[in-house]
Amino acid sequence: MSQLRRIPELLVPALLILATALLGLEVSVYLQAYFLDTLVKVAIVVALYVFIGNSGVLSFGTISFVALGAWTAGVLTVPSQQKRFTMPGLTHFLVTTTVGNYVSLALAAAVGGVFALAVGLPLMRLSGLAAGIATFAVLGITYNVLTYEQKIGPGQNAFSGVPQTTGIWQAAIAGLICAMVAYVYQRTRFGRMLRATREDPAAATAAGISIYRQRLLAFTLSGALAGFAGGIYVHLQPLQVNGLYLDLTFITLAMLVVGGAGSLLGAVVGALALNGIFSFFSAATNTVDVLGWHLKVPTGTADIVLGVLMAVVLILRPSGITGGREFSLPRRRRPVADLEKARATT
Amino acid sequence: MTLAFLNLSWPVFADALALGSIYALMAVGIGLVFGVLRLVNFAYGQLMMAGAFALAYGSQWGLANWESILFCLGVVLALSLLMDRLVFRPLRGHSPAVMLVATFAVAFVLQNVALIAFGSLGKTAGAFGQLQAPWDIFGVEIRKIAIVATATAAVCLALLQLLLTRTSVGLHMRAASMDFRTARMLGVRANRVITGAVLISGLLAGIAAVMLSVEQSQITSTFALPETIYVLMGVVVGGLNRPIPATLGGFSIGFAFGLLGGILPTNQSQYLPSFIFAAVIVVLLLRPDGLFTRATGAVERV
Repeated sequence: MSQLRRIPELLVPALLILATALLGLEVSVYLQAYFLDTLVKVAIVVALYVFIGNSGVLSFGTISFVALGAWTAGVLTVPSQQKRFTMPGLTHFLVTTTVGNYVSLALAAAVGGVFALAVGLPLMRLSGLAAGIATFAVLGITYNVLTYEQKIGPGQNAFSGVPQTTGIWQAAIAGLICAMVAYVYQRTRFGRMLRATREDPAAATAAGISIYRQRLLAFTLSGALAGFAGGIYVHLQPLQVNGLYLDLTFITLAMLVVGGAGSLLGAVVGALALNGIFSFFSAATNTVDVLGWHLKVPTGTADIVLGVLMAVVLILRPSGITGGREFSLPRRRRPVADLEKARATT
Repeated sequence: MTLAFLNLSWPVFADALALGSIYALMAVGIGLVFGVLRLVNFAYGQLMMAGAFALAYGSQWGLANWESILFCLGVVLALSLLMDRLVFRPLRGHSPAVMLVATFAVAFVLQNVALIAFGSLGKTAGAFGQLQAPWDIFGVEIRKIAIVATATAAVCLALLQLLLTRTSVGLHMRAASMDFRTARMLGVRANRVITGAVLISGLLAGIAAVMLSVEQSQITSTFALPETIYVLMGVVVGGLNRPIPATLGGFSIGFAFGLLGGILPTNQSQYLPSFIFAAVIVVLLLRPDGLFTRATGAVERV
């Protein structure tokens, strides 16, 4: 029975993702781009959640794994002929190697995971502000290297020639995979141990849990999901390194915080809600009609709305819209008389 | 006259010193607010950005230089107070990570407000352009701004040190950053100390903005954003809890940037941020409480 009650915890986020995908199929091609973008953001925010949500440690580094996943999947799927022109500095091995869509996504996840493991091995010893700043440094290094290193990618230019295979279904399935992995992880004993360290590090350590190991595991898993999401992202639109730095970090972090960093439902709801709002205001930069009223806003409005929303949520409801809780059905209360009878018999 | 090793010359050294000085001012501004509020202000660069735009408008309206500077300081102080009232005060007592994320949000809001208000090209602050010209000192040509920036920073830091050690406001501020609750019990007025720290921090942001606007006269919405990131790293590396280690941390990172940026060829200096970030990570791993702080024992939990 208790297991049955758990079903909505995964089902509700999954249904939200599916509903977004189905809605995306119904709208015009122009609007569909926003739905696709939203689904990719869901995948990224869930990846962010796996580490930040379960461990309670702030990390700015996740977007660097998204970027590495995007670089991996992007460089490996551009046809060789095109690579010679668009990425002239590329090393020989990368020029000649080309893989298919699914392989590129798997490799993106692998690269994200391996890199996160390598970074996490030293960094997971830190906590609090030091962890936040150190992961920020990782983000800075990734951005700096990807910007200037032409041997492994297009540098400052946008990717061109990556097969745009991310349609609405591939994006939806990616979102679902991320949500499923995140859910299964948080239900395993590893996920529970990490959550215990989040609630009370001293008690968790006393119970024999290695904070370092549990954080490292979650960081690696989060990196793999982020790499995967990056692969999906680069197959959606010609990415550029500037789009994988501070702005994306801020936006995805805002989604997680506003939704509620403590739960999978919070991550998914936050990504859907905020990207909905963000998309609306981005679209409004070239006029949208709201109930017959033409709305046109200057570029940057979307970021302002998101920033204000995030600050307001942090001040009024620091645990986010969902309060950091998973979805649960309202419990049927046992009448008090029954309880007292039960107590009397024992 | 050139230092024999590498191609380090006196002008490069002076510029590095000046950059370090500007970073040190920013660092102490960030560190002061952290001391009393436990809040790392990511939006510090946006305060400077607002100040720099004020300077640009000042010179556009034909104000005298000292009027422009006053206008700049006024704008930065007003914005600091507003930020404190609207965001910092309601968030008091939250974890440093939550507050860092909140100031991240504030930074984005301000940056995009500036983008909408002043466009992506921004404005030019040219009033102090003559400070770019060199002075001849014993046959070495050193830019005036390098000397002005270093001297200003030294004076500001000395005054601040006097304020912190010789006045009752400073004593209260230091007490509050050691142990806020006990300080309050002993009669330190929380709001007054915090407002004081925010004002001084804002003043330093304004001064740093004036100096940085000489180096980067094209003011855009991302003005001082990379600098803020570097200074934040420097402050954490130096040790956030005390003003002097924080200042040293900020200065070191600015000095390192200036020096290495000056002596390395472009194909290497483009990776300079990576080297610095990597160094930051190494220091954080070895000394998580800060490079320039005395080690304290492990936190006991009874």
